[in-house]
Amino acid sequence: MLAKRIIPCLDVTNGRVVKGVNFVELKDAGDPVEIARRYNEAGADELTFLDITASSDNRDLILHIIEAVASEVFIPLTVGGGVRTVADIQRLLNAGADKVSINTSAVTNPQLVKDAADRYGSQCIVVAIDAKRVGDHWEVFTHGGRTATGLDAIEWAKKMESLGAGELLLTSMDRDGTKSGFDLELTRAISEAVDIPIIASGGVGNLQHLVDGVKEGRADAVLAASIFHFGEYGVGEAKKYMKQHGIEVRL
Amino acid sequence: MSADIAVIDYGMGNLRSVAKAIEHVAPSAGVVVTSDPAVISCAGRVVFPGQGAAPDCMREIDARGLRQVIVDAARTKPFLGICMGMQVLFEHSEEGDTACLGILPGTVQRFPHEAMHDAGGDKLKVPHMGWNNVHQAMSHPLWAGIEEGARFYFVHSYFVQPASPDVIAGFSHYPFPFTCAVATGNIFAVQFHPEKSQNDGLTLLGNFVTWNPGAAESACDMSRAACA
Repeated sequence: MLAKRIIPCLDVTNGRVVKGVNFVELKDAGDPVEIARRYNEAGADELTFLDITASSDNRDLILHIIEAVASEVFIPLTVGGGVRTVADIQRLLNAGADKVSINTSAVTNPQLVKDAADRYGSQCIVVAIDAKRVGDHWEVFTHGGRTATGLDAIEWAKKMESLGAGELLLTSMDRDGTKSGFDLELTRAISEAVDIPIIASGGVGNLQHLVDGVKEGRADAVLAASIFHFGEYGVGEAKKYMKQHGIEVRL
Repeated sequence: MSADIAVIDYGMGNLRSVAKAIEHVAPSAGVVVTSDPAVISCAGRVVFPGQGAAPDCMREIDARGLRQVIVDAARTKPFLGICMGMQVLFEHSEEGDTACLGILPGTVQRFPHEAMHDAGGDKLKVPHMGWNNVHQAMSHPLWAGIEEGARFYFVHSYFVQPASPDVIAGFSHYPFPFTCAVATGNIFAVQFHPEKSQNDGLTLLGNFVTWNPGAAESACDMSRAACA
């Protein structure tokens, strides 16, 4: 039976992992390769790197990181952040990324999603949707939640599927950073609206939130950052908890 | 000098991880990623990966003049097909109504929309993406050291239906049983991605690197002698 996936997310800037990762005896809390290796050993099903490098001068550093990680960690790797062109996608795939996540550029240039899916296959194109509740519906935001687009999140998800997205990474901007759990209503609405897998993100504060994301939110995968990075919970511990609650996982 | 292992590059997806994973399990093997028919025909072993859509794959294979060398390699030397590299070994794919290489009798079909519900009635997504159990339908040197039911990483919307059940080496459930590994003679092919399936995937690739499919090996040695 297909397992629900747990995906730790690493924020990277200027070639270093930020927000701190608190593994026992980690020599260098900012070393992306060592952190990726630790998550791999802990049983992470995939890894996502979010490049938040501000300066364009240092954007190629993510390519070196992916090359290094892909040489010794043999699970799927997704990279997002600042992906604007087909050439950006090509560079990331060549460096060893298995999937590329497109966020703001999907809104400003939806054709990018279609062009990339046509050229490299839907399996490697993830569209990241940042959604915020506005009145009686959810609206798509870009630029890290600062810019409203006027787009309805459910309609947008369907459009991205039709353009060739192979997967959707859905983040609730209302919940992100709150540790109060996923926006389950949003997650479920999107998951039921499309046939492609949904990764739920934003708001995880404990292991029950992961269970709720799958059971109530109907997510196919759950992404989390801080609960794993700061050592509050291990990936293995999270999987055991999910299994105890009747969710199929890879142990 | 001929390569130990040729990974066929026909412009379909990230082949770097396939090559990296093989180098990881066989550091002393010479692994080349190549679209050169001469290099492929002289290699000791051939890996045929691929991602994307079947019509594009077949077009790219022919655009690079690789059809004959792939057919020859599949006949004569240890040959590992991965993902799209498994699907196009069959006769026909429903994806874009595409005629494929026809090395193995059978067809490729999409997960039918009406069947995609689990026992509880919940919708199952397509692509089939993630880690699923692989059940071994035959004993085979490439399964050595891999537990029955071990999980491998999948990402695909189509699956193969071999004409003969004799070639089925492994199957998974989504929600019905589908063939995810086939084996015949010197060919082994898998729908999942061993290069992305952590330890069990690396074990399978390691098994491929040392696999000696018997009679086919001597034909391979002969072809290599011609290359020297």
